[in-house]
Amino acid sequence: MVTSSSSATNGLIECQGVTKTFGGVVANDDIALSVPPGRITGLIGPNGSGKTTLFNSIVGYHPLDSGSIQFKRKEISKLRVPQIARLGILRTFQQTRIYSKMNCVKNMLVSVPHRCETYRTMFSEHSPEVTERAEELLEFVGLYQKRLLISGDLSFGQQKLLEFAMALMNEPEVLLLDEPTTRINPTLINGLIHRLRRANEQMGITLFVIEHNMRVIMNLADHIYCLANGKLLAEGTPDMIQNDKRVIDAYLGGQV
Amino acid sequence: MNNNTKTLAGCAAILLLGIAAPFLFPNYTFQLAVLWMFILFALTWDTLGGQMGYNSLGNILFFGAGMYICVIVQIAWAGYDVAEYTAHFGAVKIEVTYAQYYGGLIIGLILAALGSVLCAVLFGRVVFGLRGPYFAIGTLGIALAAGELVGTWDYVGGGGGITVPFYPGDPDERALLYYFLCFPLAISTFVFLGWLYSTRFGLAINAIRDDEEKAEGMGIHTLRYKTIAWMSSAFFLGISGGIFGNMVGFVEPLEVAFPVVTFGIFMVVMVLLGGKGTLWGPVLGATVFHVIKEATWTYMLGWQWVALGALIIINIVVFQQGILGWAQEKWPERFGIKVEDDDSGRETG
Repeated sequence: MVTSSSSATNGLIECQGVTKTFGGVVANDDIALSVPPGRITGLIGPNGSGKTTLFNSIVGYHPLDSGSIQFKRKEISKLRVPQIARLGILRTFQQTRIYSKMNCVKNMLVSVPHRCETYRTMFSEHSPEVTERAEELLEFVGLYQKRLLISGDLSFGQQKLLEFAMALMNEPEVLLLDEPTTRINPTLINGLIHRLRRANEQMGITLFVIEHNMRVIMNLADHIYCLANGKLLAEGTPDMIQNDKRVIDAYLGGQV
Repeated sequence: MNNNTKTLAGCAAILLLGIAAPFLFPNYTFQLAVLWMFILFALTWDTLGGQMGYNSLGNILFFGAGMYICVIVQIAWAGYDVAEYTAHFGAVKIEVTYAQYYGGLIIGLILAALGSVLCAVLFGRVVFGLRGPYFAIGTLGIALAAGELVGTWDYVGGGGGITVPFYPGDPDERALLYYFLCFPLAISTFVFLGWLYSTRFGLAINAIRDDEEKAEGMGIHTLRYKTIAWMSSAFFLGISGGIFGNMVGFVEPLEVAFPVVTFGIFMVVMVLLGGKGTLWGPVLGATVFHVIKEATWTYMLGWQWVALGALIIINIVVFQQGILGWAQEKWPERFGIKVEDDDSGRETG
């Protein structure tokens, strides 16, 4: 799935001058960044620095004030949420959103890609291969035994894993993960990192990850962008970011 | 397998009972036909209200639209000028032969179904932008407005209504005819919805119910699904409206065609009573409701609306999950909700 043909200078997602304000609050101010294909890109920043707003802008939750967002060199900032999802950009939510009254298998089945849906596929049953794929992915996140339980009854961490599995079921090209390890039991975090890596390496899914846990993001990401007060503060490899005086100041300043 | 056999035997028993009922209880043929119609009401309401999470208070619109379309077509088919006929307020009696009668009825019901589906497409564009209580009020408004507007439309008889062409045979034969239209129609609705909910379509509307924003975020064509779900409700309700107009023999906008506060509310109550979001819940709810309703009308005359209101209040305050919802909470394993640690039990849907 990794497209080696696209040149290194051209990211899968390219943001240029992205600006978004809510009333007088400038949530994103002239942000330029690039998510290279096949890699894991990190997005960090203190609370309120505009990370989730940027995610929302990319997946089309709200119109931009100015700037452009391109996916595979195609402008997507004017498209609506389902259209962008069908192009292959998917996001998971900070608060975790699943279909809480359905069981896990059904959650997975309904998450199949809707890219080339026809009236015939709409009214067909899921093929055994699709069900098998769903169960494989549930196995992958460790929920196979609980697959027939109503998903709303699962623990928060399990719901988070289910949401991740659902995203994989959708076969996205890019997956935007909003704080994947928040509120997950620390002992499970290593397993999750391992699964994120496997999704990236084996399934060829480009990852763009918002994360507060520094240990996680420094381990996971190839390249990290740091936002502060809606502006792009720094970017670089995990090592460069870790030693960047501005980043350290922003975090210390932001958390007091 | 044992369970499958039981289910099949149960379905066969219901079918046989359905066929035999009007002969066993010839005095109740009309009421039994209404029971099947109530089952249809509940099933079609649940498609949106239970399965998709859109509580429509305006589904009765399709019932009334189907009724008017069917009756107008029947009058025209019998060779009468509709405007002239309605202008005489029932002073003209339409005499038709069997062939004319059945021809008009069949064409009328087909056009009633299509007309109602068209209404669902058009109004769907307007109301599917609304969510939650706003959708309920929006649809309620449309149904109320439809009743009032038809009441001022002289071509279809206005508030005075229209008398439906008379059946050429004797009344018992007529009662049987309409019973054997209602019964297969309700069964078809059940079979169709059972199939629909087993497809990808069924899962998608469940997803819309649970979290529509998430469904959009996963790329589901939400408006398309919502519109088709409403169209399928409208299809069956339109036909049932055409049949009911003929059963009553007189079509009038507020009480018969667009009875928002009786049938329109009954639909919701029956589903809540039986358990929403299930296939059998509406069937169960409609049956229990119809029996209670007839019992109160017979034994508590004068207090029947009070009794019915009390039933609704109890249902909503202490029994929200309905009969089937309650059973599912009590015996989750019977509904396939369980932890599995081997491959023996595959998902059966």
